[in-house]
Amino acid sequence: MGCGHRSHFMTIEARNLSFRYGDKPVLKEVSFVLTSGGFHALLGPNGAGKSTLFGLLTRLLALQQGDVLMAGQSLKKQPAEAMRKIGVVFQQNALDLDLTVRQNLLYHAALHGLSRKEARLRGDRELTRFQLLERANEPVRKLNGGHRRRVEIARALLHEPSLLLLDEPTVGLDVASRRGLNDHVRTLCESDGLTVLWATHLIEEVRPQDRVLILHEGKLLADGTGHDICEAEGTRDLAETFHTLTGAG
Amino acid sequence: MKAAHYWHCFIGIQTREWLRFWQQRTRFASALVRPLLWLVVFAAGFRAVLGISIIPPYQTYITYETYIAPGLCGMIILFNSMQGALSMVYDRELGSMRVLLMSPLPRPLLLVTKLLAMGVVSVGQVYVFLLLALLVDVEPPLWGYLAVLPALVLTSLMLGALGLLIATWIKQLENFAGVMNFVIFPMFFMSSALYPLWRMNEASPWLYWICQFNPFTHAVEAIRFSLYLEWNPMAFGITAAVTVVFALLATTGFRPQRTKILGTSKPA
Repeated sequence: MGCGHRSHFMTIEARNLSFRYGDKPVLKEVSFVLTSGGFHALLGPNGAGKSTLFGLLTRLLALQQGDVLMAGQSLKKQPAEAMRKIGVVFQQNALDLDLTVRQNLLYHAALHGLSRKEARLRGDRELTRFQLLERANEPVRKLNGGHRRRVEIARALLHEPSLLLLDEPTVGLDVASRRGLNDHVRTLCESDGLTVLWATHLIEEVRPQDRVLILHEGKLLADGTGHDICEAEGTRDLAETFHTLTGAG
Repeated sequence: MKAAHYWHCFIGIQTREWLRFWQQRTRFASALVRPLLWLVVFAAGFRAVLGISIIPPYQTYITYETYIAPGLCGMIILFNSMQGALSMVYDRELGSMRVLLMSPLPRPLLLVTKLLAMGVVSVGQVYVFLLLALLVDVEPPLWGYLAVLPALVLTSLMLGALGLLIATWIKQLENFAGVMNFVIFPMFFMSSALYPLWRMNEASPWLYWICQFNPFTHAVEAIRFSLYLEWNPMAFGITAAVTVVFALLATTGFRPQRTKILGTSKPA
């Protein structure tokens, strides 16, 4: 299942990220390092600052304080180089529903400077992996929520990024689709060595061995494997830890 | 980034815009109803009231329909540009804008390319309108259809950039009704689209000067002159200069957090 030519194994480091909307601080000195090829869960209740953090990592928000380094390249100083290494799946649908699956993929590929021929090749390769090739010529509108999400992931991987950011990708999906999507992304980590940052407020999407970053009111309250965090907090499971740290859950 | 990357990106954005146009062709067709009503109904009613003397670029007496046709070309672009710019940052185009802004290519370049692509679709509509205008005897010279192309593209870029600037920076105008009342109608009525400016000068000199300062006036004149194979350097020069200024301001000052592109409306 591996695709073989993705440039992997790089570290992603957020250094001292702070952000405020007007006078309101939303992120407060958040720092972390993502392990190459690992599945990382960014856990936080609604309003914790997850989307703002994603906004900064994807350059939709301009950095106010701190920096993000992708394999040593600064998002502040070399944004184009850094952006080439990131694939993003947004919380809200970012597909053109009236266009076909393939047309959506070709548009993304063109934005990354790929020729039509190359884009088609890579698009078909990703769609095959995602078992969606036979639906390539259907309008996205005809696909169910889970399949649309898969298309978005396939699209995010077209330019062969090393880091995949997913901002609450399972919102609006039924339980089976949620689980399927989560499993799927985990296999990408294993097969491709893709580094994944998966933002969620659903604890059931996190496994004990995952690296977990718990964000609450703009602060990073915990950073470690689910197992280690529970041990440090003296709690039975991640749900209890999450509740203890954030008062949510 | 190599030139080939920019080229693929340019073609990709253009292609997508035309694909969307094709998907929504009925909506675009219905958008032609507005200028056609002006041309067929309004112009017929006002023909008797508004006598048009011989003014450049026309060589002879012309019908009112002939006079307002270039202004209505401008109106098509004006409506499309404002609607397009609003949808880029507030509704229909949000998803595609998120994808657009994830490109590693320079953001101002991406935005100009997007505005240009939207503009080219508007220009296509203008040509359909001009073909239909033949039915009411608006018959510019054949080569005029080609000569008018640069003026149309320039106008669409100018108004697209203005739309983006307004949509990004003026929160109060985030719906189309607001833009219609405070941007589209004033720009359209206070221009040479419906009446020659010498008439405006007779009625009210200060209104005349407002019309002169309205870049839409110069865009309409650039369209009018080139459609009749006359060169109007002032109209072209002003339109081009304003286009550059608007495009620079709109693209370099663009901030996703001032829009709904981030997903939620956040205070700036």
